[in-house]
Amino acid sequence: MGRLSSPQELEKYREGIRRRRDPHQAFITVCGGTGCHASGCHAVVDAFKKVIQEKAKGNGVGLRVTGCHGFCERGPLVVLHPQKVLYQRVKPEDAPKIFEETVLNGKIVESLLYEHPTTGEKIVSEEEVPFYKKQMRIIFGNNGSIDPAQIEDYLAVGGYQALCKALFSMKPEEVIREVKKANLRGRGGGGFPAGLKWEQCRNAPGEIKYVICNADEGDPGAYMDRSLLEGNPHSVLEGMIIGAYAIGAHEGYVFVRHEYPLAVVNIGIAIQQARELGLLGKEILGSGFSFDVQISRGGGAFVAGESTALMATIEGNVGEPRAKHIHTVISGLWDRPTNLNNVETWANVPLIIDRGADWYTQIGTEGSKGTKIFSLVGKVNNTGLVEVPMGITLREIVYDIGGGIPGGKKLKAVQTGGPSGGCIPESLIDLPVDFDRLTEVGSMMGSGGMIVMDESTCMVDVAKYFMNFLKDESCGKCTSCREGTRRMHEILMEITEGRGTLDHLDLLEELGWVTAEASLCALGGTAPNPVLSTLRYFRDEYKEHILNKRCPAKVCRALLKYRILSDVCTMCGRCAKACPVEAISGKVKTKKEKGIPFKIDEQKCIKCGMCFESCKFEAIEVQ
Amino acid sequence: MTQSEIEAIIERYGRKESSILSILQDIQTREKYLPREALEYVGEKLQIPLNKIYRIATFYRALSLMPRGRHEVCVCMGTACHVRGAQRVLDQLKLELGIAPGETTKDLNFTLETVNCLGVCAAGPVVAIDGQYFGKMNPTKVEGTLKQFRSDKKKEAADGKA
Repeated sequence: MGRLSSPQELEKYREGIRRRRDPHQAFITVCGGTGCHASGCHAVVDAFKKVIQEKAKGNGVGLRVTGCHGFCERGPLVVLHPQKVLYQRVKPEDAPKIFEETVLNGKIVESLLYEHPTTGEKIVSEEEVPFYKKQMRIIFGNNGSIDPAQIEDYLAVGGYQALCKALFSMKPEEVIREVKKANLRGRGGGGFPAGLKWEQCRNAPGEIKYVICNADEGDPGAYMDRSLLEGNPHSVLEGMIIGAYAIGAHEGYVFVRHEYPLAVVNIGIAIQQARELGLLGKEILGSGFSFDVQISRGGGAFVAGESTALMATIEGNVGEPRAKHIHTVISGLWDRPTNLNNVETWANVPLIIDRGADWYTQIGTEGSKGTKIFSLVGKVNNTGLVEVPMGITLREIVYDIGGGIPGGKKLKAVQTGGPSGGCIPESLIDLPVDFDRLTEVGSMMGSGGMIVMDESTCMVDVAKYFMNFLKDESCGKCTSCREGTRRMHEILMEITEGRGTLDHLDLLEELGWVTAEASLCALGGTAPNPVLSTLRYFRDEYKEHILNKRCPAKVCRALLKYRILSDVCTMCGRCAKACPVEAISGKVKTKKEKGIPFKIDEQKCIKCGMCFESCKFEAIEVQ
Repeated sequence: MTQSEIEAIIERYGRKESSILSILQDIQTREKYLPREALEYVGEKLQIPLNKIYRIATFYRALSLMPRGRHEVCVCMGTACHVRGAQRVLDQLKLELGIAPGETTKDLNFTLETVNCLGVCAAGPVVAIDGQYFGKMNPTKVEGTLKQFRSDKKKEAADGKA
């Protein structure tokens, strides 16, 4: 297929694809997202290929390896179309059975269905699974049905329709007006109105302008941008082309994180395919508008996700931020007007243009419109990616979608916003989630990491964890950030190792304030949030560490002591086997021999807790 | 790495300053570190002073000036992995390999690294060895996971022990 040179040609091409596809035809999708990779989806794909080759005998059963479906906890996921039967935790050896029973005979393989955790009811359809039911997957939904390496798949679901609309029936100003009306706010963390940014960039003086897609998703515990770029790269690309048209840019960059090799591959394929079809490059669809995109890879520095540092990296400099007295929309990449948005923001654009701002603004709250994808991870039953309308409560996310806390434990806090965010305590569980409400309670939206913590998570340890992260990732340019994060980390070390004093708490607050006030970029500006928010909501836990040298969550190792209760010990020897440093001695009781109760050698013990977890008789005590 | 190989990498990204990070990354992938001669050559060709190249080479985590092991063991220290016990997995790896993060074993077989987040949060704690993910890790799984990457001699020893 050559370049398409008009919207009519694109529509004709799309019709052709749709005609060739029978909507009733059976096809099998296997989730190829990174989560499912980690649980072995490769072997499942191979098994299906083999079965289809052997048994389908040309009756056209399709197999599609798609992007992430979101329900990573239950991977590898297999969905059978057109019935949309969801099979979870599928193993390679299940493939022949699935093929025989479901694909050929329309019967359900009960053992692979998702079981409702409380009612025990087996759920057949993907849409009926509670994890998906409360979601609103307008951005993320297509991930489950398209092969990211096939532009035809994206076109078949209406892809590049919005681009046609923008290029041929809207002026650039009208596109900006629509995005402003939709009140699309930046999904990368700051929540700045995208339309306003576009307008400023469009109005900035200068012939050459750039648009950038920020895929340097550095927040630990967030991976929605990865999954979008890996699973539906064309939606991001389409958004960028529309944005470039509105702004008047002809060159663009996708800046992808070093740790995401598959995302680099998939967006590369997408760019190539779009070029071949004339959707990218000179005279897009014969419109007279030209735009092309390059990929730039990051080097594994968290701070390089900050807009000015990111631009410095693309230029070939060290990724350090600069002061933004003059904003990047005026003077950014190579001192030219540059508009940067993150992956998810760009992916929202085609939807807004296609369905209109009036439709879009029906979703969400007063100040935050549309949906947001969160990565729901940590101590929660259904980990994975969830897309929800803004304004949904934390309770609905954690309990209805996430299925609650594993092992019947109690929810303690939800951490949002990555290292710049904060911990929201259980008492605020009914908080509606949107940009402004999260900021009000001392956290932030961030890029959408949502880490659930239960009673076995120590909040002082969490603060220490983030401070350790930030002190490593601070680029060192501002003294306040470089030294502030280091000192706060030291103090938190003291507290978790039993040398803390009450004065430390005041000092932490003071240091936090200075770090935030005196640093140039958002890394330093928000660095104290993990400390300040845990101090605000969990001060008692800090005090317990300081005054009683106790870690209530039993996490801070220096304060722990493991002991085997000899009268409870059944002499099964499981703990000794689990111990990685052979610190446990004793003798296993058998029918013939009496056995000796097990004992921990405190000198050798590294306090890893493996023995505690392995013991089935509660014979190990932690103090 | 020969000069013509470096030349091919430079050609791929273009002889301009903005290509520097991509070029260094490709050399890193090939050689597992950045040899001084390669840096000098690139600097000369791109007209970038060596001190600036060193500044870049030492700024980014993905680049290394020291030779790296044949297998890179990468422990995810992301928040989701952290709350599920990543630290304990790392401690066990340190113990097994006898090296700290950032270091390489004497036989150049393993390099131990930590990473801030691999984006495989649902499977945490995660360890990636040469890009292959091992999910739901715990300290007792460490030895078995490493086994298939051990050099032959060590492998036999490990087998004997098991």
